[in-house]
Amino acid sequence: MALNLRELSKRAEGLAPGHRACAGCGFPMIIRLLLATAPEPVVVVNATGCLEVVSTIYPYSAWPVPWLHNAFENAAATASGVEAAARALQARGRLARRPKVVAIGGDGGTYDIGLQSLSGAAERGHDFLYICYNNEGYMNTGIQRSSATPQGARTTTSPAGAVLPGKVQPRKDLTEIMAAHRMPYVAQASISHWGDLAKKLRRALTTSGPTFINVLTPCQPGWDYPPDQLVEIARLAVETRYWPLYEVEDGARYRLTYIPREPLPVRAWLERQGRFKHLLADEARVAELQAWVDDNWARLTSRAAASGERVS
Amino acid sequence: MSVLAPTRRLGLTGNDAVALAWKQINPDVVAAYPITPSTQVVEKFSQYVADGVVQTQFVPVESEHSALSACVGAAACGARVMTATSSQGLALMHEILYIAAGLRLPIVMAVANRALSAPINIHGDHSDAMGSRDSGWLQLYAKDVQDAYDLTILAVRVAERARLPVMVGLDGFTLSHSLEVVDVYGDDAVRAFVGPGPDDHYHFLDSPEPITIGPLALPDSYMDFRRALAEAVARSAEIIAREAAAFREHFGRSLPVFVEPVAMEAARAAVVLMGSYAGVVEEAVLRWREAGRAVGLVRPVVFRPFPAEALRAALAGVEHVVVMERADTLSTLGGPLGVELRAALYGAVRRPVVTDVIFGLGGRELREEDLEQVGRLVEEAPGGVRYLGTGDGV
Repeated sequence: MALNLRELSKRAEGLAPGHRACAGCGFPMIIRLLLATAPEPVVVVNATGCLEVVSTIYPYSAWPVPWLHNAFENAAATASGVEAAARALQARGRLARRPKVVAIGGDGGTYDIGLQSLSGAAERGHDFLYICYNNEGYMNTGIQRSSATPQGARTTTSPAGAVLPGKVQPRKDLTEIMAAHRMPYVAQASISHWGDLAKKLRRALTTSGPTFINVLTPCQPGWDYPPDQLVEIARLAVETRYWPLYEVEDGARYRLTYIPREPLPVRAWLERQGRFKHLLADEARVAELQAWVDDNWARLTSRAAASGERVS
Repeated sequence: MSVLAPTRRLGLTGNDAVALAWKQINPDVVAAYPITPSTQVVEKFSQYVADGVVQTQFVPVESEHSALSACVGAAACGARVMTATSSQGLALMHEILYIAAGLRLPIVMAVANRALSAPINIHGDHSDAMGSRDSGWLQLYAKDVQDAYDLTILAVRVAERARLPVMVGLDGFTLSHSLEVVDVYGDDAVRAFVGPGPDDHYHFLDSPEPITIGPLALPDSYMDFRRALAEAVARSAEIIAREAAAFREHFGRSLPVFVEPVAMEAARAAVVLMGSYAGVVEEAVLRWREAGRAVGLVRPVVFRPFPAEALRAALAGVEHVVVMERADTLSTLGGPLGVELRAALYGAVRRPVVTDVIFGLGGRELREEDLEQVGRLVEEAPGGVRYLGTGDGV
């Protein structure tokens, strides 16, 4: 099946209408694209978080595929067990076809509390795809900071005040941490670039062994933007090079999958969100963030160039 | 004796015996993380995997939390799943214990019982499993290595028929590392007893209708799930009794459920004790009997479901009870067994005086003079809580 809109639209609707995600939330797009691009049956293991809460309030479920929730920090470990069981049951003739296992967690359940179990599962080489839907904070519990929250963002546990400017530290680079596991395939994507995301999902789903995709997905209450600007906000993260779209094979071969033709200053992304409102008057802090973005881009382009890839 | 069950007599440690039972059961998935004193269960079993004598998918995870998490994932798929742990490892699994039980997954876990920190201590007591007592797991406690082997095999059928996870406790070092002579059944006999695996209840991977497991339950439904779990635990008593009878039928060996009474005929006082020290106390009780004292011993084999009825029946004619236990509730009311025994006896027609004796924490030995003190406490029935073998303390 080709990954174009005509073909994808022929697939049955993935996540059922009637889930309870906020207006202007990005992650339903990831799930729909996942279910539309999956070439074979998938089973989903979901960490505790917004996605789990909005899609499975008993007795309802928005999931058209087998779905399992265990706890917050253990989606990868649970997926390891599911994958091991599928292998065992297939070997013993009790399961005809082994489905592809997909684990999904937010940035809290992935960058922070779930990092150990994700790292363990990656090291053991389980055949599964882990998707981090990254909205840069603990949005399910009321917008607290996570290690994915960008420097300067205001959250309820990194508020902006007279002394502190919102979150003090830059965000953790989880995509690089996962690449350092030398997994067969690691990628960074955004809901704004659906074609790029679809290709990465397809690639990850058809690669055997552990694969990881970190998808930026804005959170309307957490980032504070008008709901109809969801995709535009996500796009600005990419166009400002705040969130580069790239992929890494075997921890070594880097490739930028989208290069902004005319990159915008990071301010263009900041000024569209309430969580950075306090920051905009502070030129020094904006410049600090811009320097971080430029440095990150330079590092990525040099790795891609070293891999023999086009970088501009 | 079943025709399928020619037995061999082998010298085995408790951990070896559990690993051997696992080998004979040949589970679908084992996920585990090493911790003293349960480590050899998984070491031995890894060797079976490496030698290809089992067809188990072994998942050597990076923590006990992930061990039980992987077990939940595998068991939800309908796989037969086992793990082993102790002490801090069981404590680290604590969150997932509730999820395994709440999802009604038939996981079997060997717990080489050990003390909890702080101070860190690697030796035996029951504090670890007692901290799990309200999680919905069934709990069985071995007296000796034979028990550890037998109860592991029994636990598979109990777990799968009750649709509840089961812990089999064997006292750290005292049983986990001590070599004893064990009657071992044939592989075929064990596999015939446990059958091919959990029944078709678990269809997660290939259901004709996709299943959502572990959704969010709000106040309109959560309590109904929890009540259903409580009822499942209550119903498991009947299943344990039935499966123990099937075990006797199949292997020709009796397993005591729910309590094992020793020298309780016409006893006016009793010691109640779980686990490996039952053998030592049995010796003492028999000596006291010879000396004309009407003292018996009641050993609970099952702690969850709590064998209230069996304890009431076993202690019906008794005036004094000394509960000896290797855990404390730190509630000022004594150890968990004593607290629950008193609760169970509250509705009895005649209530014996219960003295709670906490002993053997962190592997402290039970000495001859401690047994004499137990003998005096049985006689005098002072009630309350005593700490045995601590001298003047720290």
